[in-house]
Amino acid sequence: MSWEPIADIAADVQAGKTSATSLVDKALKAIDDHKEFAAIIATTADRAKERAQAIDARVAKGEKVGRLAGVPFIAKDNFLTFGAETTAASNILKCFNAPYQATAIEKLEAEGAICVAKANLDAFAHGSSTENSDYMTTKNPHNPDYVPGGSSGGSAAAVVLGLAPFALGTDTGGSIRLPAAFTGSVGLKPTYGLVSRSGVVAMASSTDVIGPLTTSVEDAALVLDVMAGKDPLDSTTIDRQADYTKLDTSLKGAKIGVIKEYMDGLNPEVKTLITKSIEKLKNQGAVLEEVSLPSLPLALACYYIIVPAEVSSNLSRYDGKHFGFADKTAKDLESSYNQTRSQGFGHEAKRRIMIGTYVLSSGYYDAYYKKAQQLRTKLVQDFAAAFKKYDFLVGPTAPSTAFKIGANINDPLQMYLTDIMTVAVNLAGIPAISIPCGTVNDLPIGLQLMAPQRHDRQLLAIAKTAEGVIDE
Amino acid sequence: MSKLSREDILKLARLSRLQLTDDEVTQFESEIGSILQYVELLQDVDLTDVEPTYQVNGLKDVTRPDEVVDYQADPKALLKNAPDTEGDHFKVPRMVA
Repeated sequence: MSWEPIADIAADVQAGKTSATSLVDKALKAIDDHKEFAAIIATTADRAKERAQAIDARVAKGEKVGRLAGVPFIAKDNFLTFGAETTAASNILKCFNAPYQATAIEKLEAEGAICVAKANLDAFAHGSSTENSDYMTTKNPHNPDYVPGGSSGGSAAAVVLGLAPFALGTDTGGSIRLPAAFTGSVGLKPTYGLVSRSGVVAMASSTDVIGPLTTSVEDAALVLDVMAGKDPLDSTTIDRQADYTKLDTSLKGAKIGVIKEYMDGLNPEVKTLITKSIEKLKNQGAVLEEVSLPSLPLALACYYIIVPAEVSSNLSRYDGKHFGFADKTAKDLESSYNQTRSQGFGHEAKRRIMIGTYVLSSGYYDAYYKKAQQLRTKLVQDFAAAFKKYDFLVGPTAPSTAFKIGANINDPLQMYLTDIMTVAVNLAGIPAISIPCGTVNDLPIGLQLMAPQRHDRQLLAIAKTAEGVIDE
Repeated sequence: MSKLSREDILKLARLSRLQLTDDEVTQFESEIGSILQYVELLQDVDLTDVEPTYQVNGLKDVTRPDEVVDYQADPKALLKNAPDTEGDHFKVPRMVA
């Protein structure tokens, strides 16, 4: 199953050549035909069909529908949407019906896009494989014995399986880019604050971002263009650039730093492919040089202090009182909290809550939390120094290809190490994108490109050129 | 510093409002211990006089006009997700013995 470029689909709907209804039917059939990959938690079929009919009626009346007219998409299930429950793949949010929609969803709908389903994830986006979902494990479309990466694994698998032209993910430490790399899709992590987080289940508020998973850079740029910008409902949002779909650029003279710390110690087969891609960029006239960011080897340790700290705080709202699962047998308030949270949270969420509680507790705060935030300054400075010399930075998205389902599930530290090449970007708030750059043993590899904050358009432009060159 | 005892895990669980089974305590003791050991990489780094970074995109003290905005939220719809309600209120177990 495959889809035309998103802009073409929307143009055909607007021109009356294709109906939104037929596109929604096509997506729903694809979802039904690929159930064995466990990418989808629930469809929003009824609402999607109603919206499609309304769009088709508007087209018939000659009205302008929007830049994403009739384009079906899939939202990671940590986006609040109408039409189905929003669970974040957790038991504690089972049966939660969102009373409002995420700003990102509203903006996409305002341009005529149609949400058709909710994708699987690691519960609360805690993970690198979707194995931490409280419901099911998504299979890698290239080989069902392997993980699709996480936490936006359902979204990535959905796009590669052709269930919809694009899907939404969230990226706190690599959760868009890693599954993009593992499934051979394009995953964009925008600058922190470029897309509103309002209506998205919070994981770590100082690093969470929203972005698209697509099959091309051009599609990712269009989706970002619709979602980007300030939102009064999210005070961390920033001003947008003019037009993210202006992607004409040449590699000639572009200065790109190759991150030494990410190239050292790579799986040799991955390294060969990444090096080959870098050579192709060079052949187009880009200037590529090795650059060292000395604090990078400490980024993962820094991340696994800051993020659990924010997780423990963000998950304190699940008290079984306002919404979500509740154990109703408890006789007093304290035991009702304890019993509700113990039954409602999975193992990974509990572990992160306790680590976060530990690093924030008195006596340990300075040694862990404050120290991590100081190291974060070092990381920001390392990136700033590198971007003084280079327009972009490049490296692999992950140290290896996708791993087998079950391979890391009993070793949380090994699982965390999967994110070693993605977390620093989140701590520094810069944009990054993963694009496919070949396969090892039929499993995809991702090339990661990075740019300074608020240079998302330039990043997309160079990624589009790189995508064309690497594909040759 | 990183070696956590069973008592430490139970204390963390209590602070986190989690009730753990004996098996969970054993498992978390080893898992959290090994993760804390890993993040101790930072302990050897000299970060004296380095300011911490809590916010990365340069925004400071974002304010908005102090005006009531009507989001058309329906209290009844919001209460629908609540596990227990009475009238227009959330219902909770008794707090004072």
